[in-house]
Amino acid sequence: MKTLRKPIYFVAGEYTVSLGTGRPEFHPKKPRPGLEHYIAEAGRAVLAHLPGPEAIDEGVIGNFMAARFNRQGHLGAFLSLVHEDLRYRPSIRVEGACASGGLAMATAVKSVLSEQADAVLTIGVEVQNTVKAVYGADILAGAGHYAGERKQGNAHFFPCRFSERAGAYMDRYGVERTWEAMGRWYEQAVLNARANPKAQEHTNALPDPFATHQQSKPNPRSFCDHLNVFDCSKVSDGGAALLVASEEGLARAGIAKDQAIQLVGLGHAVGDLTAPPEDLTVLDTTREAVRRALAMAGIDVREVGVFEIHDCFTITAILTCEALGLCGPGEGADYVAAGNTRRDGATPMNTGGGLIGYGHPTGASGVRMAVDIWRQLTGNAGDYQVEIPADRPYGLTISMGGNDKSVVSCVFRRA
Amino acid sequence: MDLDTRLQNVSVIGAAGKMGSGITLLLAQEMARLSLLPENRGRVFRLNAIDLDPAGLIGLREYLHAQATKTAEKTIVALRTLYADRPDLVENGDIIADYVRRVGDLVWPATDLGAARGSTLVFEAIVEKTGVKASVFRQLRDLCPEAYFLTNTSSIPIGEIDREAGLGGRVIGFHFYNPPPVQKLVEVIRAETTPDELSALAAELGRRLRKTLIPSADVAGFIGNGHFIRDGLHGLNEAQRLSRGRGWARGAWLVNRVSQDWLLRPMGIFQLIDYVGIDVFQMIQIVMDEHLDEHLRHEVIDRALELGVRGGQNPDGSQKPGFFRYEKGRPVAAYDLEARDYVPIDASWDEELGPLPEGFRPWKALTRAPDRDEALAAHFGALAGMDTLGAQLAKAYLARSREIGRQLVEQKVAASEDDVNRVLMLGFYHLYGPINDYCA
Repeated sequence: MKTLRKPIYFVAGEYTVSLGTGRPEFHPKKPRPGLEHYIAEAGRAVLAHLPGPEAIDEGVIGNFMAARFNRQGHLGAFLSLVHEDLRYRPSIRVEGACASGGLAMATAVKSVLSEQADAVLTIGVEVQNTVKAVYGADILAGAGHYAGERKQGNAHFFPCRFSERAGAYMDRYGVERTWEAMGRWYEQAVLNARANPKAQEHTNALPDPFATHQQSKPNPRSFCDHLNVFDCSKVSDGGAALLVASEEGLARAGIAKDQAIQLVGLGHAVGDLTAPPEDLTVLDTTREAVRRALAMAGIDVREVGVFEIHDCFTITAILTCEALGLCGPGEGADYVAAGNTRRDGATPMNTGGGLIGYGHPTGASGVRMAVDIWRQLTGNAGDYQVEIPADRPYGLTISMGGNDKSVVSCVFRRA
Repeated sequence: MDLDTRLQNVSVIGAAGKMGSGITLLLAQEMARLSLLPENRGRVFRLNAIDLDPAGLIGLREYLHAQATKTAEKTIVALRTLYADRPDLVENGDIIADYVRRVGDLVWPATDLGAARGSTLVFEAIVEKTGVKASVFRQLRDLCPEAYFLTNTSSIPIGEIDREAGLGGRVIGFHFYNPPPVQKLVEVIRAETTPDELSALAAELGRRLRKTLIPSADVAGFIGNGHFIRDGLHGLNEAQRLSRGRGWARGAWLVNRVSQDWLLRPMGIFQLIDYVGIDVFQMIQIVMDEHLDEHLRHEVIDRALELGVRGGQNPDGSQKPGFFRYEKGRPVAAYDLEARDYVPIDASWDEELGPLPEGFRPWKALTRAPDRDEALAAHFGALAGMDTLGAQLAKAYLARSREIGRQLVEQKVAASEDDVNRVLMLGFYHLYGPINDYCA
């Protein structure tokens, strides 16, 4: 197993509000900030932790589909929106569907490891509310295989891909327990979002989110066979950013090591985009990426104290618990329903709301996850802070693209 | 000839009007759907949108484009199934664009009635005047020898249209409510001469358009306007009574307030007359007054029109001034018949009505309330025990509305009390039917 040839630190993470339905300031018919705003806001928030732009050697911007959502390519050259002195620094945009944020971090890590940079400003961004959901579904479907599966696919392409997974899981392991677990995951996402002022569901005032989920039966005529809207992550505008640095980069930034987290495991795996899943109830690419990350870190998943997983849909969270090895096949539903993944559970997940509670500005999500892990491991998570047990000091992220086709998993511990 | 065959060549007369454009949209969408079915490949579907107003027909194109887009977006899951055998159209956006183009392409605008030649299904939605309709139908009779005619008249007896135009029974009343794409209700009126085949065809069309069909006897005004005109006359009489010493503007406003909030209706009676158009209200009055042994005209309506106060809607759907002047859809000034001008509505006018029944929740809040029936019972229960001016007016209004409803059943215009109640609830968005036990 390869290891990282030198220590890599993640620090100074920040993210913007996730703007979209649910946020009181969101109005679909009123003008809203664009990509430029989110890149600048997230990047400048990182810069505020640093002595100045000289502490940044280069930039990486993770983004999925600005070319269609915003008719904008060439995002790398937006770097100097963060600070004019960043002009002429190297900067690129990285894409891998909803794993774009995770891939941006992996790219930054490679830059530092190659010794071309000591500090990389890593930004994730997506602005999706530019089109109605019915057209956004087309754009997001680009994360699947256009020539192979789009025509046969449902109008709501990705929800229905994961609805198939939910249906297969229900068939094999039971409808009621799966549906209950999906409702519990939604409830958890809302409760965590209420503790995170940047979350899209922060002001969600449902008296009983679980009951609301359970009462809303899936409607195949207008949506999907096995999912309702509450099972889905949000349509969001937002940005997230952090600094990926070597020891030298950290020193130059004047940041004490104990304010950083260290990357100790990195797993990146892709499946075959043209092939359907071998088993709809298994996230095999996620399983492989996690296996590699844990192997590099030299730890067992039971040593992880806090998780940020890619809950694009409630069913994905259930399948991810199994892919992580926290429970066996068919046990993910009960694992979630029993409360293990809540902030007060054994393995807290998505403590700031995750993709369903915080929101899912697709290209930003992978970076946003690392920011939340940084906050948790350094005790900066505010109202959604959980206790990190001394014998489980690690945090783990899973940034997934498409139907479990590109996955970046990271393992961190406090430096 | 079955419905699908007839739908290959359709004409809508008055297609640019408020009702005609909605009817055109519904039919064009159904025809577009048919054109996509594999068994209809190669068949031509054509809708002649005929109107005297060229500007209106240009507006119709814009309306069809916007509305068909909305429909396609809303029904995209089903639409993708219809497009399953079109490998060139992959994304939702591709399919929506093709569907909208298809709807637009099958509509042929025309300003000449001759464009209807050869149509097998003809919808009429022109001005509510017997003579005008009869004259148009006489021409259509010869232009379209095989056609069935569906008239959107809201008041003229179908048998009379048939006789006047010599249609030989090829006509049925198919009365949409405004706006036709949204309103679920269609009143269906058979003349004595209407053949069973046409009745069956109308029923099938209603199902296709997902409408609720309620039969009415062929009596001027039918059920909907049979209630509305008499209900409006009650409001006019009450306002006239109250206007003594207060002026017309204030009297009309008080009756409007009571008929909206005390009766829990979506809008007050004078706002509703403005919405329909004072001129349209008068046309219906004239038809009903001529045919029925009952005085159904009102001097205030005639006077308002003489003074050029007409109501009705602008092409963008906003309300034109009528008994009230509106800002953002809300009445802000009331027309004073004596001063011949609008006077601002003064919040203090409402004071003499007294308080609303305890626990009042407005119509909108109750439309989707799970406890609607209980809330209505509580509201009218409280009202029954009140003796304010507002309560007196409301109780008299309820009683008159109930009397009108019962009369429609007694005179066999409606087949049942339930039909009367459903027409008012579906077509007028009332929360309860006029035939009820509230404050009885």
